[in-house]
Amino acid sequence: MATTDEMVRAVKAFILDEFLPGEPADSLAGDTPLISGGILDSIATLKLVMFLEEKFGVVLAAHEVDKQYLDTLDDIATLLAAKQR
Amino acid sequence: MTSLHGLFVAAAARHPDRVAVVLPGRGEITYGALDGLSNRLRDRLHAMAVRPGDRVGIYVGKSIDSVAAICGILKSGAAYVPVDPSAPPARNAYILNNCRVAALIVEARFRAALETELAAQGPLPPILGIDAAGTGDALARALDAEDRDAPAAAVATATSEPDALAYILYTSGSTGKPKGVMLSHENAVSFVDWCSEVFDPGPDDRFSSHAPFHFDLSILDLHVPLKHGASIVLIPEERGKDPQHLAQLIDDHRISIWYSAPSILSLLAQFGELPRHDCSSLRLVLFAGEVFPVKHLRTLTMLLRRPRYFNLYGPTETNVCTYHEVVPPVPDERTVPYPIGTVCSHLRGKVIGTEGETVRPGEEGELCIAGRGVMQGYWELPEQTARGFIVDPDDTRWYRTGDVVVEDAGGIYTYRGRRDRMVKRRGYRVELGEIEGGLYQHPRVKEVAVVATPDEEAGVRVTAFLSVREGALPSLVEMKRFAAERLPLYMVPDRFHWLESLPKTSTDKIDYQQLKTISQDRS
Repeated sequence: MATTDEMVRAVKAFILDEFLPGEPADSLAGDTPLISGGILDSIATLKLVMFLEEKFGVVLAAHEVDKQYLDTLDDIATLLAAKQR
Repeated sequence: MTSLHGLFVAAAARHPDRVAVVLPGRGEITYGALDGLSNRLRDRLHAMAVRPGDRVGIYVGKSIDSVAAICGILKSGAAYVPVDPSAPPARNAYILNNCRVAALIVEARFRAALETELAAQGPLPPILGIDAAGTGDALARALDAEDRDAPAAAVATATSEPDALAYILYTSGSTGKPKGVMLSHENAVSFVDWCSEVFDPGPDDRFSSHAPFHFDLSILDLHVPLKHGASIVLIPEERGKDPQHLAQLIDDHRISIWYSAPSILSLLAQFGELPRHDCSSLRLVLFAGEVFPVKHLRTLTMLLRRPRYFNLYGPTETNVCTYHEVVPPVPDERTVPYPIGTVCSHLRGKVIGTEGETVRPGEEGELCIAGRGVMQGYWELPEQTARGFIVDPDDTRWYRTGDVVVEDAGGIYTYRGRRDRMVKRRGYRVELGEIEGGLYQHPRVKEVAVVATPDEEAGVRVTAFLSVREGALPSLVEMKRFAAERLPLYMVPDRFHWLESLPKTSTDKIDYQQLKTISQDRS
């Protein structure tokens, strides 16, 4: 099973590749707001959820597809850690 | 003619025990209770010195409380001004200050930031603060607390003349500031009555309310059911873009009439897992606000075979002014979007050429609309209002939609594009100039030009071209965050491109055509 650090690295790489092409990796910090900061729109958020579900074998409930759970890499790490337990 | 709220009051008298509004998972309110709660607000607003002809702002999340606020404000004879709770407080403060609201209903979570912004612009209007909005209890508690200090005397519900304002909806303005579209009771009622005629709603219907209340789609969602004793199922903003949740909601709440922007229906078709849900209650699927990509409409009509589908078209200034029934199946070979259809029965349409002359069917021109549904004008913008209309010698006022259409021999219009720099994004009107105005506030930005190009997936892609004053280029993340702090999220550009300087025409204006070419080449 992947550690949380490895998972966050994979999620960060996915977001950079998919939605921020050409952006230096250090512009995306653990607390950068992704949804409320205008980086992920609704379709991008759904693509992120599909990525999380496929890559890590987790299932997100409908209410978790929300900026409360997915707004930053730190939030995503917390959610994934809770799912893996 | 009755007033807009007169339709609701009459329905409440006929159906006091029917459910008026449902907030899924939280609660519901009957027509009788909604009538009572909105009467109490009417009385309190009167005690706060609100009088017929005033404006009252609503800065409350979508809830039974905010529906009651709309009904209560209308009963007081004032016009309601709903602002977007998810938009930056500075933009909302501008709107509320611009139309000089006589009072303001604000949910606690927005209050501090709003007061700071408003105080910077002038004196604060009287505020009725409410706790977290939901089932109507927050508004009732706020009214209780006010009554304990000084009971509000019961006053009569205003009769409101046909030309009195019912609401002001602010839309994106090309000058960088939102502009208020003034709509009267006659405008609203003629539209609601047209909906009755075409969609034949009844007390057993259950309407989705997907659009936020500052968006003109909400006029149909709210006021058509309230006229007929039907139920409104509210979809709060934070759940409105989650397709699986929406599919479940149609199933759980037996929605019979759905109305939203096509972008939401596209999400439902692609990600909603519709076959897993029972959507057999749907009898009408209505969409408006932007072009529905044919690919996703085809998928949707294959997944949901029972409902009738209607493409509704119209700017906020007229609300829906043309409509077209899309009869499935959508042929596999079809790629061009469906027509916007024929003019609604309460309105008239004509297509004009560049000299203002009426053009023949088959020729492109600008669609103009006249009739009872057409707005009075833009709030305190007489020049923009004058530019928006053509007045015939017989005093007929034709609103110029800015949309280029073609009429076929049967009187059916097809949309071709825009005359100016406005685009539709996720159903919202966006003036590219307003985005530029927001980005110019960045201290290191020297020049900005924003262009929109068609995109099959997203409908339209918005690209900002910028040049920097000096030093390192701000990162993409920084620019997106900067934009999101100043503009509604639907205005944040998809892409940012930095150039040494922006290309210019021979008259030294920014060369938008060249930027569009660059934008298309890079996609």
